[in-house]
Amino acid sequence: MKDRLIISGFGGQGVMLLGQFLAYAGMLDGKRVSWIPSYGPEMRGGTAYCSVVISDTSIASPVVSRPDTLIVMNSPSLDRFLPAVRRYGIVVANSSMIGHIPKLDRDIHLVSVPAQSIAEELGAPKASNMVMLGCYLGIRGGPSEKAVEAALQKAFVDAVKRPDLIPINRAAIERGRELAQAGNEND
Amino acid sequence: MKKKQVLMKGNEAMAEGAIMAGCRYFFGYPITPQNEVPAHMAAYMPRAGGVFIQAESELAAINMVYGAAGAGARVMTSSSSPGISLKQEGISYLVGAELPCVIANIMRGGPGLGGIQPSQSDYFQAVKGGGHGDYRLIVLAPDSVQEMADLTMLAFDLADVYRNPVMILGDGNLGQMMEPVSFCKFRKRKLPPKDWATTGTAGRPRNIVKSLYLIPEQLEAHNRKLYRKFQTMKRREVRFEEDIPEGCELLLTAFGTTARICRDVVDKLRQRGHKVGLLRPITLFPFPEERIKEVSSRVKAVMTVEMNMGQMVDDVRLAVEGRCPVHFCGRTGGMVPSVEEIVHEAGKILRGMKE
Repeated sequence: MKDRLIISGFGGQGVMLLGQFLAYAGMLDGKRVSWIPSYGPEMRGGTAYCSVVISDTSIASPVVSRPDTLIVMNSPSLDRFLPAVRRYGIVVANSSMIGHIPKLDRDIHLVSVPAQSIAEELGAPKASNMVMLGCYLGIRGGPSEKAVEAALQKAFVDAVKRPDLIPINRAAIERGRELAQAGNEND
Repeated sequence: MKKKQVLMKGNEAMAEGAIMAGCRYFFGYPITPQNEVPAHMAAYMPRAGGVFIQAESELAAINMVYGAAGAGARVMTSSSSPGISLKQEGISYLVGAELPCVIANIMRGGPGLGGIQPSQSDYFQAVKGGGHGDYRLIVLAPDSVQEMADLTMLAFDLADVYRNPVMILGDGNLGQMMEPVSFCKFRKRKLPPKDWATTGTAGRPRNIVKSLYLIPEQLEAHNRKLYRKFQTMKRREVRFEEDIPEGCELLLTAFGTTARICRDVVDKLRQRGHKVGLLRPITLFPFPEERIKEVSSRVKAVMTVEMNMGQMVDDVRLAVEGRCPVHFCGRTGGMVPSVEEIVHEAGKILRGMKE
């Protein structure tokens, strides 16, 4: 197993955290992982992205130029990275923020999730990244639930001392997972 | 049992490695993309009983390093390209005064203020001496977050062994990247006491730490002494990693981030049936010139890949001495070459061999 991801969106949508979350959970599952942020004079509202690799074997290049999986939270990200996605790759798109999703004529599996609307319904508008994460987990079947739970602890207890945020983020992940699995069944 | 792993940025792993290696003084001035180094040092150095100072400038920081090293402390500074240029005068003085210290350069694009994205364009400055005078640094080039920690630990021992500054030459990508890292307990080498340090003269004659020698005969003798140290480094400290198959046609050479990318290039070309190898210098000075010389007599061509317009390739050519053609493939200005474009360049060379 080797998954090379690009995760992209507006600054503030939580794409860096989403990438770190996946890398951390992957590491706990005993995988090799890497995470590289785009860094620069970026600000809230600008474009931010990160590259993540999760692999059973040692990672040669941690730099992802052709992703197997693209997770996009906004339109500019989809426009920028879609042409780079590998054949038989997966695109998870936040349809709440992407008005028009072009028809994909290549062998790419598109999963479109209204992540922002779902997060708002759950009363956690900032948790759209966790809905996207759940969706990824539903499609790829990993990292494990145990590792995801540990990553939740790290992200919300160790890092920011807000254990009260765990249930709602866990719920957002679950909603994403359900949607992805429902989508897969319809294929 | 598997060692405990933590997910960390390269910059943080380097800072943590330094503290574990007994570094108790850090002087620096902020610059992207290495700011996690001073941030980590500010948070953790005081807990280790050490001193963190954000200096008023790079010049101040490197001269604080001179002071602490002169007093016999394990000391470090870090910066990125433009900041390292500002430190060159101090680095030359540190070598002249034979003071051990560790200097990290997490390279960004240049020249001038350049940009903030990853680059390897300070190779010449690091290995050929960016400051004045006849001097060398030991230059270590990590290619993973684990090596950012491990080579930093090694750097402190090497600095003390040779009484010479050691540079960690990373790039913005290695500094910003997170990978799992595990820290072994640091086992310091047996090193002679720093009886040359200026620690107060109670019970002994005074020590003088300086790089000024006004009498040419004395300065020449000093230069010859330094030169012998650099020759010893060349004999003892060459480090590299290689993966060279039997009947190798094309040898890639790359360090740091580009070496990681080249491993994927090698895999891809081998899948297509080409015999391709990779040699990654871990020490850029001393350079693995003997090994490259040996290998170059049995390959058809060498290609050096760098994030600059061609710097290490000069040292590769000096080692190859015309035994085979040496090609160059590079991106610069903060651009990171993709696996695909390196494969494309290598493909052209491999096709040329068949014709």
